[in-house]
Parts: sequence; structure tokens; C-alpha cells
Amino acid sequence: MSDFRVALRQQDSINVLELKGYLDAHTAPKLEEALQGLLSTSRYNIVINCRDLSYISSAGLGVFMAFIEEVRKNNGDIKLTNMSPKVYNVFDLLGFPLLYEIFKEEHEAVTRFFDKGKATPITPR
Amino acid sequence: MRSSSHGSTRVKTETIHIESRTERLSIVREFVSDAARRAGFSDEEVGKIALAVDEACTNIIKHAYKFDPNQDIAVSVSTEDRLFVVRIRDHGRTFDPSGLQPPNMKEYLSHFRRGGLGVHLMRSLMDKVEYSIVPGTTNEVRLTKNLPQ
Repeated sequence: MSDFRVALRQQDSINVLELKGYLDAHTAPKLEEALQGLLSTSRYNIVINCRDLSYISSAGLGVFMAFIEEVRKNNGDIKLTNMSPKVYNVFDLLGFPLLYEIFKEEHEAVTRFFDKGKATPITPR
Repeated sequence: MRSSSHGSTRVKTETIHIESRTERLSIVREFVSDAARRAGFSDEEVGKIALAVDEACTNIIKHAYKFDPNQDIAVSVSTEDRLFVVRIRDHGRTFDPSGLQPPNMKEYLSHFRRGGLGVHLMRSLMDKVEYSIVPGTTNEVRLTKNLPQ
């Protein structure tokens, strides 16, 4: 059984989702539920911290695709941080860095919401 | 179960059968990772092979079996000459993506499309992806990676 957990916390009024474990077609609904919960309460500034994310398949990537349009329509964003090289590689293979801002560290993504000029997203490592 | 050959390790054919449920994906990943590791692949390559097989099985569960959880998926691994081969068989609806062109990712992403990335990912992760279909009987996808030197 895949083990996957999502935890929510606030960081300077930004909603941070911490992902842990294996994100595949079986566990993707958990992430979907967490994001749906944020959107249903009009919380659109979202950082996804992937520090403890061991694995992602296209089913997991599809969840980000499902929500990004609505989030941006409401002047928010989904920014991703702290990816292992293995997880980053999957995002990169599918060209996701073109659409999502990906940062090395969570604080850079949080800062980016307040000062769009300062922190710069990483390019492929 | 195994014997040495050319610096990497030979893996005789091993097969696992799983029910067509997403909660079984982790079992398949472990099964394939174990064989790929024994065949001599690095952790990075093992991860790529496991992901490609996950994508193939996910597609079968979604598209061939339409989420019917009680169907069979057979996954076999073996080394053949200088190749590591994974065969994944099902008896569901036939879908042959051989003719699918790789998506223009910039265009794809700019339209916020969801899903359909599995086939593209499989092709990016493996050296070869082939389909063999006997209509109404068996669908087989064959994923191949060259063994490490």
C-alpha cells in the first residue's frame, strides 16, 4: 500500500502543503482533496513543499494541472519547493518548469508571493 | 533465479499478477525495482523503470479496465541479451497509442490539460515502448531498457 500524507500549515498567510511519501494514481485523490479544501475556502496562495515526497507519477502531476487554472484566475498561484532531484526530474521531463515556479527552498516561494521581483525560481539543477 | 553475465546480472523471467486496483501499484513498483536492481541498474535508472511500469499499469486500470477492480494484470521481468524487458499484459479494452505523437509540451501545458501524460513519460523513461495486441484477447506493452555496461 502506498504511503502518502498531506499536511497543511500557514506561513506568513501563505498556505503550505507538505507532501510526504508516494504520490501515485492511488494516493492522488488525497492531494486533490487538500487542494479542493483550500479553494473552497478561497485560499489561493499555495506553496507545495516536496521535501519528503519520495515519488510522483503523472497522476500526481495531473492534480496540479487540475487546479492551476482556477487558482490563477483568482490571482493566486501554486508554487513548488524542496524537490529531490528524482522528483524534479519527472516534472522536468514533462516540461512543468515552463508552467510552475519551482524553488529550492520554501521561504523563497513564500517571499515570491509578496515581492515578485526578488526570489528567482530555479531552472533545472 | 539469477546468474552473472557481462558485468550485469541475468534475471530469469519472473511474473507477478495483480488485481486492477491502484492500491496494487506499489507492489508492482517494488517487484520491478527489485529485479532492475538485481540486473545492475543504478538507483536513478531503477526509479525510471518503476515509474514507467506504474504509468503502464495505471493506464490499464483506467482505460483498459475502466476501473473494474477485479481484473488481472500480469507483469513479467527478464533480461534478454543486453536488454532488461518488462512485459505488461491485460485482457481489457484495446488501446494502441503507437501512433500517438509526442505532445508539444508548451502547448499542452498552456491549455492546462490533465492526464494523458503517462504514455509520453513511458517513452521518455525507457529505451523502447512497444505494443502488441490480439484484439479481444490480450494487450501487451513491452518496455525495454538497455542493460548497464
